[in-house]
Amino acid sequence: MTLPLDQLFVLTKQHLLAHIPTPAQPIASAILSVTPILIAFPLLFAITTLLERKGLGRIQNRYGPNRTGPLGLWQPIADGIKSLTKEDIVPHTADHAVHLLAPILIAAASFLGYAVLPIGRNMTLLNLNAGVLYFFAVGSLVELAVFMAGWSSRSKYSLLGAMRAIAQMISYEVPLVLASVSVIMQSGSLSTVSIVEQQATYTGIFPHWNIFTPWGILGFALFMVAACAESNRSPFDLPEGESEIIAGYYIEYSGFKFALFFLGEYLGMFATSGMAITLFLGGWSAPLSFLTFIPSYLWFFLKLLVLIAGFIWVRGTLPRLRMDQLMSLAWQFILPLAILNIFVVGVWRFLPSGILRWLICTILIIIPFTFLSRTLKKIKKFQTRTYAFVEYPITSTASPLCNTVLTAPIANSPEPQQP
Amino acid sequence: MTPAFLILAAIAVAGTAAAMALRNPIHCILALTAGLTGIAALYLQLGAQFAGLTQLMVYVGAVAILAVFAIMMTHRPSSTQRETYSLTGPAIAAALFAVLAWAICHTTTSAQPLPPEPSATVQQIGDALMHHFVLPLEIIGLLLTAALIGAVVIAMDPTKDQSKEPQ
Repeated sequence: MTLPLDQLFVLTKQHLLAHIPTPAQPIASAILSVTPILIAFPLLFAITTLLERKGLGRIQNRYGPNRTGPLGLWQPIADGIKSLTKEDIVPHTADHAVHLLAPILIAAASFLGYAVLPIGRNMTLLNLNAGVLYFFAVGSLVELAVFMAGWSSRSKYSLLGAMRAIAQMISYEVPLVLASVSVIMQSGSLSTVSIVEQQATYTGIFPHWNIFTPWGILGFALFMVAACAESNRSPFDLPEGESEIIAGYYIEYSGFKFALFFLGEYLGMFATSGMAITLFLGGWSAPLSFLTFIPSYLWFFLKLLVLIAGFIWVRGTLPRLRMDQLMSLAWQFILPLAILNIFVVGVWRFLPSGILRWLICTILIIIPFTFLSRTLKKIKKFQTRTYAFVEYPITSTASPLCNTVLTAPIANSPEPQQP
Repeated sequence: MTPAFLILAAIAVAGTAAAMALRNPIHCILALTAGLTGIAALYLQLGAQFAGLTQLMVYVGAVAILAVFAIMMTHRPSSTQRETYSLTGPAIAAALFAVLAWAICHTTTSAQPLPPEPSATVQQIGDALMHHFVLPLEIIGLLLTAALIGAVVIAMDPTKDQSKEPQ
């Protein structure tokens, strides 16, 4: 099982450590473990910005960046140089110290979560026995950084954006944690390493990933929706809302500080996706047992890229929610389902394995799901939307725009105009 | 007295001291959060993972955000109020410190040799909560749920007709 290629980085580190004098070894070991994370994920961030702009371009029927280098491949480098050389503008009335600290804190806090992510076999920086708890604990630092950014800018839009962001993050943190509780209950451990190791076993050629269970599917779906909202991505990007509050809490930031916010946001998204992979998608384990010859870390990054592609797709496809829709989705729909999921895991755990267990758990999920969504739909009382400056009934003959322009000057004429 | 302990202790003390010394309430909250983070890191350094991470989650993730929101919603502190506490505050703090220091110095346990390091893993805590202390846990859960529902009831606007949904 321990192929040399699979353990390439682990063996390299051990080899390098052997050359370092013993007293300096703990520090050297820490540096050697942290550095690859500090390099790999910002690099992934650079690649993702390009992929995202390309992907969104394709979805919106345009090319995306294609001027810098072949196929626009050097665009992230150009962006980096641009943000480094831009003037750093701090508003005159801003709280300078807090204004400076916020982007630093957000970038630093976003990196902390990676400490417990199992990137490959034997490739976890910190095997805490409360790893999942650690992940969510350091995730809460980001909220504080967002508040600092919004408050210290002394701008209405920043403050509004920060308040929206914090309200949203607090609301969606609850289903995020509850969805992961289902996995913790099943595996009986808070350590990310043992959660992955339990999933990395095979029956025949199929792995024991948590997503291949009724509660795993529901848990994964809830986790990803909450992760999407937690990282302020479309369709939950109200805190940024370009058309309403311009850019939300980082409107008053420019140059490299802005880039740090951008970096922090994407790192947060990668970290939460990495946690979803760890909890539901079997971490670094291969999807089929005969594919284990491919190194474990490649599987992790492949899964991460698939999830990122999903995020980009969703961003290009769905419109932004409204604030009340966002809140009612979290508290009326996702939260009850997350609690239901915990109950289903309990049932799953105590039933003997077999087809009956599958059937019971699926029914236990589908019936409340249908009931809840129907009830919520009834409460909402959907009706035809009316607009203030449109004449009803709208006739679908000819182009409405053309009609309005033509009839407008003649509106005062005695005979009534048909719209 | 390892260097790590000294650094973390310095962060904790400096943060809480700054929380008392600074004038802007938001700065005070941020400094206090830094102090609490330092204490959480001290717990972690002592091997109490559950206590440390819960400290981080509750104080930084919830209490600090709540305090910040409360200050933002109820702003305009009058600067004259500060002066009334200028003498009594330090006096009370010094008295409290003296009592605590006296109690710690005269306690019998400090003279005993240190017991072997207790290892309270998250699993042990979970087992204890779910087996031995399950009734207190349930009662606390019920109490907190009641408090939550009470908060929602208080926050609801009684004049608004609940059956009407805003468009």
